Amino acid sequence: MSSETTIDEKSSETVETKPEIAKKEITPVVEPKFEKSLAEKVVSKFGTIVTIGFIKPNRIRINAKKENILDVATFIRDELNFDHAESVTGVDYPKSKEIEVVYHLGSYTEPQLAKQVLTLATRVPREDIPNPGHDSTRMPSLRDVFYSVEFHERECFEMLGVYFDGHPDNRRLLLPEDWADIPPFRKDFGIKGR
Amino acid sequence: MITPLPPGIQLEKVDDRIMTLNVGPQHPGSGHMRLIIKVDGDYIVSCDPDPGYVHRGEEKMAEYRNYIQNIPHLERPVIHDSCNILYPYCLAVEDLLGLEVPERAKYIRVIASELNRCVYTLYWLAIYGIFLGHSTMFMWPVGDREFCIDLLEAMSGARVTHAYFVPGGVRNDLPANFEERCLRQIDYFEKRLKQYEDIFYQNPVLKQRTEGTGVLSRMDAIRLGTTGSVLRSAGVDFDVRKKEPYDVYDNLDFQTQVLKEGDSYARSRVPYLDMLESCRIIKDALKKMPKSGSVRTKLKPNPKGGNDEVYRRVESGRGSLGMYVVSDGKPEPYRVKISVGSFRNLICMPYLLKGEKLGNMPAVYWSLNYWPVEADR
Repeated sequence: MSSETTIDEKSSETVETKPEIAKKEITPVVEPKFEKSLAEKVVSKFGTIVTIGFIKPNRIRINAKKENILDVATFIRDELNFDHAESVTGVDYPKSKEIEVVYHLGSYTEPQLAKQVLTLATRVPREDIPNPGHDSTRMPSLRDVFYSVEFHERECFEMLGVYFDGHPDNRRLLLPEDWADIPPFRKDFGIKGR
Repeated sequence: MITPLPPGIQLEKVDDRIMTLNVGPQHPGSGHMRLIIKVDGDYIVSCDPDPGYVHRGEEKMAEYRNYIQNIPHLERPVIHDSCNILYPYCLAVEDLLGLEVPERAKYIRVIASELNRCVYTLYWLAIYGIFLGHSTMFMWPVGDREFCIDLLEAMSGARVTHAYFVPGGVRNDLPANFEERCLRQIDYFEKRLKQYEDIFYQNPVLKQRTEGTGVLSRMDAIRLGTTGSVLRSAGVDFDVRKKEPYDVYDNLDFQTQVLKEGDSYARSRVPYLDMLESCRIIKDALKKMPKSGSVRTKLKPNPKGGNDEVYRRVESGRGSLGMYVVSDGKPEPYRVKISVGSFRNLICMPYLLKGEKLGNMPAVYWSLNYWPVEADR
């Protein structure tokens, strides 16, 4: 502390409360080092194509555009050694007319990465009157990069109507074959009585 | 005039030599799902799993209820393992709302989830036994399961659907004399598990039937993203309890059970070894648990999360179980995704059954530790 800290005639109460408030603000900003280094590797390779969603302990989120998602995923697999997908989630955002597809990636082969889950997210356009498989709601499939997404992407296709280009088996998985309503996990599909 | 087919229905040409069999969905050995199996003589040419007969839209339902209302219905996919499926949800909501869990509640959670793992694994073992024609292995686990259920009933008040975990701790404290009762029960249970080894796992008929059946290599297990006993039986040392310890698992003394063979026998043996480890964990947790204290952090009515998302995972009876909760600042979650082990292990079914004899189908199918209701959610 510098010697010139002004000790005014202000009451000692305010001096005491100040550091407490400051601590609370500082602690969440500190980003874990290892996670940050992983995220920086991706950013240094792709630059402005990708953005970092957040860096938390054991969790990194990387947002990519759907045109680049195959390259980003291949880089994450080959250079960062994430080798499988834990889940593929579609999140519907009707206000911004987008559907977000979120891949949660993990690693079995690299012991350092065992506790890390990398969230790779991309956004696809959403149409008000969906026609799954025949409208603009589509993105490249990551099945050739991560083999384990095969059934997850099939689920995402039927539940959100996101078509995955290049997926070998774009059939329904959980829904009945004669389902003719809109994809049920979209926000405009309501539940009776709610 | 030909009526147009509804979207999703496809027609296919039929080969003379290949016969298509629908195994299920009325549960003649398949669970509540259908396996479309094509056989050439006695050998399986291809297998197409068709789940979805017990899809209940839990994820959609969760978007219409607040964080506390979601507790009783989110455990419905696996009522035998209900503590373990609520565990990641509670961890995620605690992260979202910034809740601290009391130390005693953490230990109670671990005990409850390990007991629940035993309940689930015994139930699964019973079905595995009966489908391989070993009727003693049906009777014994179902009988022994009662003792574990009694303990969980004493803790929570319900036999199977406990709804015991809540964000911020557990619903109520342990009953009087629980520790003593639990230790006595675990001692008995460990003795019984040794008898299981003799009558079931060392049984030459079982070994003949399952050893070398449906072999999954280490590389395939990783590539297909399998989890839980399927992964660990193929030689990959991955257990969320060890790798990403939640609550107090890093204080407790246990080991990850890994086998190398990757066949049906190894896959069925890993859950059994896990039960032995569960006994160790429970005994250790009872020893280290604070003897008194609060078990639940008080919540505000209708708590709201910020604009945030959390992904938390735990090790359930069927492998890593993740919950992805997205919040938009309202009392209800914006999106809840349940990433379950059964669904992740489903992908290896076509690979394992290809080239097997049809008679070995139940041995492979049930060794995958697959729970159709959980996979469908």
